[in-house]
Amino acid sequence: MSIDSARLLQKKKKQILESWINSQLAEDALREDMISNDELRANSEELLDTLLPLLTPKNVAEGDVSVFDPVTELLSGIAITRAKQGFTPRETAFYVFSLKEVVLNILQNEVTDDPQGLYEESFRLNKIIDGFAVTIFETFIKGREEVILRQTDEIAEISTPVIRIWDGILALPIIGTLDSARTQVVMENLLEEIVATGSSIAILDISGVPAVDSLVAQHLIKTVSATRLMGAECIISGIRPEIAQTVVHLGIDLSSIITKSTLASALKHAFQILKLEVKKPGAKERPFINK
Amino acid sequence: MMIIALSKDIMQIIREQDVVPFRNRVKENAVKIKMSLLNQTKLITAASELVRNMLKYAGGGQTIIEIITKERLTGIRLTFADQGPGIPDIQQAMKDGYSTGKSLGLGLPGAKRLVNEFAITSEKGKGTTVIIIKWTNG
Repeated sequence: MSIDSARLLQKKKKQILESWINSQLAEDALREDMISNDELRANSEELLDTLLPLLTPKNVAEGDVSVFDPVTELLSGIAITRAKQGFTPRETAFYVFSLKEVVLNILQNEVTDDPQGLYEESFRLNKIIDGFAVTIFETFIKGREEVILRQTDEIAEISTPVIRIWDGILALPIIGTLDSARTQVVMENLLEEIVATGSSIAILDISGVPAVDSLVAQHLIKTVSATRLMGAECIISGIRPEIAQTVVHLGIDLSSIITKSTLASALKHAFQILKLEVKKPGAKERPFINK
Repeated sequence: MMIIALSKDIMQIIREQDVVPFRNRVKENAVKIKMSLLNQTKLITAASELVRNMLKYAGGGQTIIEIITKERLTGIRLTFADQGPGIPDIQQAMKDGYSTGKSLGLGLPGAKRLVNEFAITSEKGKGTTVIIIKWTNG
């Protein structure tokens, strides 16, 4: 004889919902600042309404996962929302595990005369609800990954600004690691801006690049060559003492490129090329920057 | 003359995104033993070259970061082990400007110049292992 847990549990739906919500509320991990009581209740009730009718003896016995697709879908939605709201994995997992506890409890209370059947039924239900927990984990992580991906895109976008610091002079501060993808973005932005502003000098500032290895150097050389093809001159600034020594030991030849230690000296050099002078007002014939 | 390892840190390198965390870990260890900024930069740059080689030619591998002592010296030992195709001619690979890829060909010889000790073994079809040591005041 098998136990018809579907009918049994459906009859007890109200009780399940109450115990489930109580157990969620009792858990310390529940973030009342993030989810309201009403929302939690609505969520939980909807899930029970979808799940319980599907727990027919046939579905439970066969353990076929695909029949529970509507539930999985619902759970995925909940997991993704929670991931975006910043719930911890523990809080999210507890949502499903607390349901399991309640369901098994009720089953145990109702079935008192058939220990063997109770064991088998509990085992099957266990398996099904564990399947839901796995789904929740998966989608929760996916939700978090989406957040990370979005942030990565944002960082890539804001980390390559091209600044027009003078008429005809562009500056491009590079912060972080220069990999192939970054170089591509940097080069594209720089070349486009050179055309758009009609600039003849570009300053690449690498103060914010933590390490210059041969790959980074190669990318820099490529960017400089491309700038020169556009008829503009490229100055690399922000070379720190330790970077200079490392580059020499590494054997990278940067002598064909104009390099300066600071952005200020690069700007000074740019002024010289453009035959500009910066003077203090009143100071006669004594240029402030250019000698 | 025995080398004693004081700490050991193993990191798997699988994707290009693993390079930066690996470099940061090397830096943390170097800072811990009070390595000078110049030597830190040299070590990190050498590590960066070798880890990129590993990714490019062998599709990744395993790295070990160790703090070691030998007599009164302290330093960092890095091991890069991959299971790639191996290097057919190590002598040629150690020459400046030689590259089978389209790079500057400075990775291996450059890394050797940046550290105190450099050992490379490679077996065709089995993989390559590079071990480097940088002493705190070396």
